[in-house]
Amino acid sequence: MRRISTFFYTIGQGFRGLTRNRWYTLASIATIAACLFLFGLFYTIVMNFQNMVRAAEEGVSVTVFFNEGVTEEQILAIQSALEQRSEVRKVDYISADAAWEGFKEGYLGPYADGFTENPLIDSANLQIYLSDVSMQPNLVTFLESIDGVREVNRSEVTASTLSGVNRLVAYISVAIIAILFAVSIFLISNTVTIGISVRQDEITIMKYIGATDYFVRAPFVIECMLIGLIGSAIPLAALWFLYGQATEFIGGRFSILSNLLRFLPIETIFERLAPATLIIGVGIGFLGSFVTVRRHLRV
Amino acid sequence: MFAPPRRRARKVPPDEIITLEHVSKSYTRNVPALNDINLHIRRGEFVFIVGDSGSGKSTLIKLLLRELVPTEGRITVMGYDLVRIRHGKIPKFRRNLGIVFQDFRLLKDRNVYENVAFAQRIVQTPGREIRKNVPAILATVGLAGKYKNKIRQLSGGEQQRVALARALVNKPAILLADEPTGNLDPNITWEIMRLLEKINENGTTVIVVTHNKEVVNVMKKRVVTLRRGVIVEDEEEGVYRDEED
Repeated sequence: MRRISTFFYTIGQGFRGLTRNRWYTLASIATIAACLFLFGLFYTIVMNFQNMVRAAEEGVSVTVFFNEGVTEEQILAIQSALEQRSEVRKVDYISADAAWEGFKEGYLGPYADGFTENPLIDSANLQIYLSDVSMQPNLVTFLESIDGVREVNRSEVTASTLSGVNRLVAYISVAIIAILFAVSIFLISNTVTIGISVRQDEITIMKYIGATDYFVRAPFVIECMLIGLIGSAIPLAALWFLYGQATEFIGGRFSILSNLLRFLPIETIFERLAPATLIIGVGIGFLGSFVTVRRHLRV
Repeated sequence: MFAPPRRRARKVPPDEIITLEHVSKSYTRNVPALNDINLHIRRGEFVFIVGDSGSGKSTLIKLLLRELVPTEGRITVMGYDLVRIRHGKIPKFRRNLGIVFQDFRLLKDRNVYENVAFAQRIVQTPGREIRKNVPAILATVGLAGKYKNKIRQLSGGEQQRVALARALVNKPAILLADEPTGNLDPNITWEIMRLLEKINENGTTVIVVTHNKEVVNVMKKRVVTLRRGVIVEDEEEGVYRDEED
């Protein structure tokens, strides 16, 4: 019973600590919120950029044309063999008739009536979409080695540019997120350390009176975890609100780029960002206070 | 190489509450802050520990609080061997002591009641008893009407009374007062000393570290004089003697 009342007392003291040391609380929350906002903002930008690059990659295809005399069955057999390959996402078979229909619709319109026969009779082809555009050269080499293949059309520049951009973004984003993460941890744990060091007298008094380590530490740890929780909830709320506004604004202003500017839904971004931010905020609050108070407990 | 001679353990009288045997404490290799101290304090005694700055008084208090461990010797307080005590047992040991400091060391962001109740919380006193004990002890030290005041709103004398109330609320067997009147004017000094005397009359062992010659000479209690880390005098109903005296 006594232990339960002590447990609730320490939790109560943790909450009261927030208002007792108002300036410290505000300064800590502001530091944590600013760090995690930057972290979240960059993460959001990187996620969207990667999404746009991925969307562009999905549009990149390799087209394979076949020699005269290659039958539809043979082409379909090649199609199913290609579908087994890991770098291939999708293979579409375009028959000669379908190719002609597409050409007519796209380029000739009413002038197509002058043609009585399909002039693209040898244009049956396979359109291959890749899951990883950086593998395009390998695939092309393989395609060119298949019997009956007349021509392989691809855009090497697009593929290599996209895969290069994607790799660059991945490297830069990992580096910047790691730096921001390290800076956040450093600043937040420093704030917690300073806050607790300032209250060393309080800890010493508690220890002189006969407080156990738990009794001294628990309110500080709870207080710092609450500061971490509030400090991480604020940037999440701000990002949620600002993201909606920003995507709406950019979408309206640059509607001409609507094919390129494909934003992820905020829920998708928050799937990882929200737990990561909360874990950083609360986790550093917990660890920072736990370690720092322990340093002052040797009284 | 010979092993140092083992000292035969002395039989501790049943009423002895604090025992220091051949205690030395050095912070650096060559200069001991305390050197081969022997001190025995009985239950219910009132003892002044006097000496100039640097004589080793603060080190002695820190050893009794188990804030420091002696370099040599043995310290026993209320049956606790302070050299061998485990870290986890120190809080339980300290609950037997009431401590008062020159600078009061109160929690300034809490009011008078909370400062005293805090000491009871630490020993897990039920809330109902805290609500009964705290006003009672505040009445004893003459602060019944100020329990809601913030510490900053109190005079130095009142702050020392709060510190005394906090030290006494858990009914400690020993009260350690480190320069309790060092920051107070003469009138308040005597009020605090009378309170300490009353506490002693109620059975608490009181140990007062002080510089105040007048207080020591008027009160006629046991006086232990430290000089350069050594006890140079220990007399019942003693007086404060400077090095020149």
